[in-house]
Amino acid sequence: MLDDFMTRATLAGVGVAFAAAPLGCFVVWRRMAFFGDATAHAAILGVALSLALNISVFAGAMAVALIMALVVTLLAGRGYAMDTLLGVLAHSSLAFGLVAVSFLSGIRVDLMAYLFGDILAVSRSDLVVIWGGAALVVALVAWRWSALLTSTLSEELAYASGLDPKREQLILTVALAITVAVAIKVVGVLLIAAMLIVPAAAARGLARTPETMAVIATAIGAISAVAGLQGAYVLDTPAGPSIVCVAAILFAGLNLIGWRNRSGA
Amino acid sequence: MSLITVKNLSVAYGANTVLRDVSLVVEPGEIVTIVGPNGSGKSSLLRAIIGATEPASGEIFLKPGLKIGYVPQRLHVDPTLPITVERFMRLTDRVSKADCRSALAAAAVPDLLKRQMSRLSGGQFQRVMLARALINRPDVLLLDEATQGLDQPGSAAFYQQIETVRRDTGCAVLMVSHELHVVMSASDRVICLNGHVCCEGAPAVVASAPEYRALFGTGTGGALALYRHDHGHDHNHDHPQSHEVDD
Repeated sequence: MLDDFMTRATLAGVGVAFAAAPLGCFVVWRRMAFFGDATAHAAILGVALSLALNISVFAGAMAVALIMALVVTLLAGRGYAMDTLLGVLAHSSLAFGLVAVSFLSGIRVDLMAYLFGDILAVSRSDLVVIWGGAALVVALVAWRWSALLTSTLSEELAYASGLDPKREQLILTVALAITVAVAIKVVGVLLIAAMLIVPAAAARGLARTPETMAVIATAIGAISAVAGLQGAYVLDTPAGPSIVCVAAILFAGLNLIGWRNRSGA
Repeated sequence: MSLITVKNLSVAYGANTVLRDVSLVVEPGEIVTIVGPNGSGKSSLLRAIIGATEPASGEIFLKPGLKIGYVPQRLHVDPTLPITVERFMRLTDRVSKADCRSALAAAAVPDLLKRQMSRLSGGQFQRVMLARALINRPDVLLLDEATQGLDQPGSAAFYQQIETVRRDTGCAVLMVSHELHVVMSASDRVICLNGHVCCEGAPAVVASAPEYRALFGTGTGGALALYRHDHGHDHNHDHPQSHEVDD
């Protein structure tokens, strides 16, 4: 069954959706959208380094994403606003990454594959990495769910209940780095933020509790992956962007329905 | 045994010392109010007690197993975060629906279980926060400017609720406020804070203390005394309770 490239691609897409959607809810609630985007952009430097050092792209991307996220967290509150720091670090590492890739003679590097993903080329071992990473992220988020939610609502409330919001922030940062690393092959660094944010945003209007929003977002992400790949196959369009297009259409459709219901009621 | 003991606490942010050598004790069942002007370190003191701020020096002892019910100064529920009152009540403790209902009823906001937090009025929101803080039967309730954003009748009603809670459950209350006349009538003890403890005691004693008057003007002249500094005016109220709204 896994011999079919479409089956592998679908499994990869759904795997990323499982990790990205619940994590994306926190990204939306905490207004970290730019943070996710920046972490992903920084990952291209990791890709370049791992190609130069001949190590796994997954490991390199994750290491750089993690370092960037930690540096931003450390530097925030020392004079620069968060978005300024992110803008400096993320786009600098993207630029350094692109320049570094150009030095890599000998191997022909298809940069497009890392910027926009190459989901149709997912191998069996990629699948293991993607599902392993996704399972880790889902487990992390599920384990810390209540603590993450409390820290998101109010730092003081979290402290008063014996939690450490800084630790929860760190857990989110780590989960984000893992997600970025596993999603590079599927949607590429430029569209990872979309997989985080669009399903969560589309689910908002349908949900009454944080938990239902995460579940609905996961379903929307998975549907987008499956439908996007089918669409890409039929229409011969790029796979990663097609997945994001379906998610965006679902976002628009669900909002229109919600808007009509509200104005009709 | 005292619930909270703070000994010679100092708190600093960088080179800026906001609290110097503060000591205080909260005993079971008493209502202690901390008053002080803006920037006097009131919120830093509460943050240090819940462990959100590391003390620069000094010590904070909590009774072992102390259950704290915390009502923060302001809680912003992002509009992208859907959460019903019922889910919010269960945020940090596993509680039954029946307990949620009775806690909301006790806080005078029944029938809100299914409402979205973001759709509540300011007064309803604060009462739901109070109900959540009380649901696990805390030993002490910490309130940080809990009536910010409420109008005067609203905050007076809120503090009456606090007194009712103390009477019914016997839990101690440590609160921070600048709404002097309202909170002082409800307190057993008032601590006047301005970087250090200026004076401390029963409301009437504090209200007539020279340190307090230097900070807030005379008597229980209401929140406006904060800005007026009406030093020429001089008579001591022995019964601050009788002054609900007198500005």
